[in-house]
Amino acid sequence: MSVSNIASANLGLVEAESESLSSSFYDDYAVRNFTIMAVVWGVVGMLMGVIIASQLAFPALNFDTAWFSFGRLRPLHTNLVVFAFGGCTLLGTSFYIVQRTGQTRLRFPLLSRMVFWGYQAIILAAIISLPLGYTSGKEYAELEWPIDILLLIIWLMYAAVFFGTVAARKMKHIYVANWFYGAFIIVIAILHLVNSMEVPAELMKSYSAYAGVQDAMIQWWYGHNVVGFFLTAGFLGMMYYFVPKQAGRPVYSYRLSIVHFWGLIFTYMWAGSHHLHYTALPDWTQSVGMVLSLILLAPSWGGMINGMMTMSGAWHKLRDDPILRFMIVSLSFYGMSTFEGPMMAIKTVNALSHYTDWTIGHVHSGALGWVGFIAMGSIYYLVPRLYSQTQMYSKKAIELHFWLATIGIVLYIVAMWISGVAEGLMWRAMNDDGTLTYTFVEAVKATHPFYVLRLIGGLLYLSGTCIMLWNVLKTASMGRHALAKIPSTSVHA
Amino acid sequence: MLDINDLRSIATVGALISFIGIWAWAWARSNKNKFDEAANLPFEGDEE
Repeated sequence: MSVSNIASANLGLVEAESESLSSSFYDDYAVRNFTIMAVVWGVVGMLMGVIIASQLAFPALNFDTAWFSFGRLRPLHTNLVVFAFGGCTLLGTSFYIVQRTGQTRLRFPLLSRMVFWGYQAIILAAIISLPLGYTSGKEYAELEWPIDILLLIIWLMYAAVFFGTVAARKMKHIYVANWFYGAFIIVIAILHLVNSMEVPAELMKSYSAYAGVQDAMIQWWYGHNVVGFFLTAGFLGMMYYFVPKQAGRPVYSYRLSIVHFWGLIFTYMWAGSHHLHYTALPDWTQSVGMVLSLILLAPSWGGMINGMMTMSGAWHKLRDDPILRFMIVSLSFYGMSTFEGPMMAIKTVNALSHYTDWTIGHVHSGALGWVGFIAMGSIYYLVPRLYSQTQMYSKKAIELHFWLATIGIVLYIVAMWISGVAEGLMWRAMNDDGTLTYTFVEAVKATHPFYVLRLIGGLLYLSGTCIMLWNVLKTASMGRHALAKIPSTSVHA
Repeated sequence: MLDINDLRSIATVGALISFIGIWAWAWARSNKNKFDEAANLPFEGDEE
């Protein structure tokens, strides 16, 4: 970069700061910050995953230290990858898409900035409080009550900015991506409010307001719908915007996207009880969860096919566009895990798979494959555009990231399939006289090699994300804050 | 008399009927152009 270029880039930055206040440009402050932090938290959260995977393979790595032990770091890992990496990607992309598809500026600029900083504060609170052992003990909702309240406030601000911008749109129609983001925002608010009902005992200690099997059912109604609306609906919003943009063609069937949306809305809410098969939960409730989980296959595959078919006539682009490849492989994993999920919800299959590593494998094929890849593809699309660049700093690095991550996922899920099925079979094996064939520790021993394999898979995935962070920071530091003009010719109804 | 279970049944059947209604609405011939236009929303105002 020549001196004059740097000078003009700096001038551009000053311009950007002053003109970003003008109403003829999109407001991308929160988009930029959320996008960068998504990658940062991705690295930290996946590093936590690698640490706890090594602790499972080699328990000595717990070092007899309470705050560094598996039990404390595991919720930190899930909170960081789901709510920090996933959350930052979701909030950032939603602010980007809602402006572009409505051709209007983000409403309540101050609120959007508070949403960004408040959300980071919550993540920091998680990083501090979870290793210290403060937990409400509810899976994916471990944070204690003061943090819960802060999150609720931030979430309502987020809803105000998003829906305020939808309301201020210049286009008559609300593009389907916004419907998915809208459902994600509303449902997460409801889930968080209901599941976090707790009685505070002291500053960082509370007890659930529910008891016994009701508590379990509320927990898994929450847990499964976090998968359905945080990790699915929101990311489908991303899919319905960035796949068409990157492929350069509109979505295959807009009508199918409407049915996809309402199909998910009508069914996802009722599937949570499949997490409680063969428990104290009433049998009919388990069966409802199983049947609704099976029905979910239809809208899920409808959506996957819709995304895939958007590529028809443009398949050749996959050959030299690694970003598009991230997106399409992501859709393949969406298809795979939404087939595997309903299958595992069948009671007889669940009798084998539940409490085994198969579940962990299933979650990660969805999380690393679907959620991770669509998020990474979208971030690679966004970063150059947010920093006035035509493309990422290094395309080769994207290629390398893609292959490291893909091989990592395959190693991870294959290891967990084998280990999980082995556990399931060994636990249920019986001798003719009705005694158990294997002791529990024999099954633990059998899983060890696969825990090492899983660790290698996780390391590959993490190293891919580190390369991504480097590539993103390089791209961002080369460019300046982009000023994206709102098209003034929106005469469309 | 209606009891809570009747209301639950009505809500379930109502949900099914409205879903089928949405399906019919999405595929109605008269809405085709509207949705084709909507599909192009991400490309509105593109200069790239």
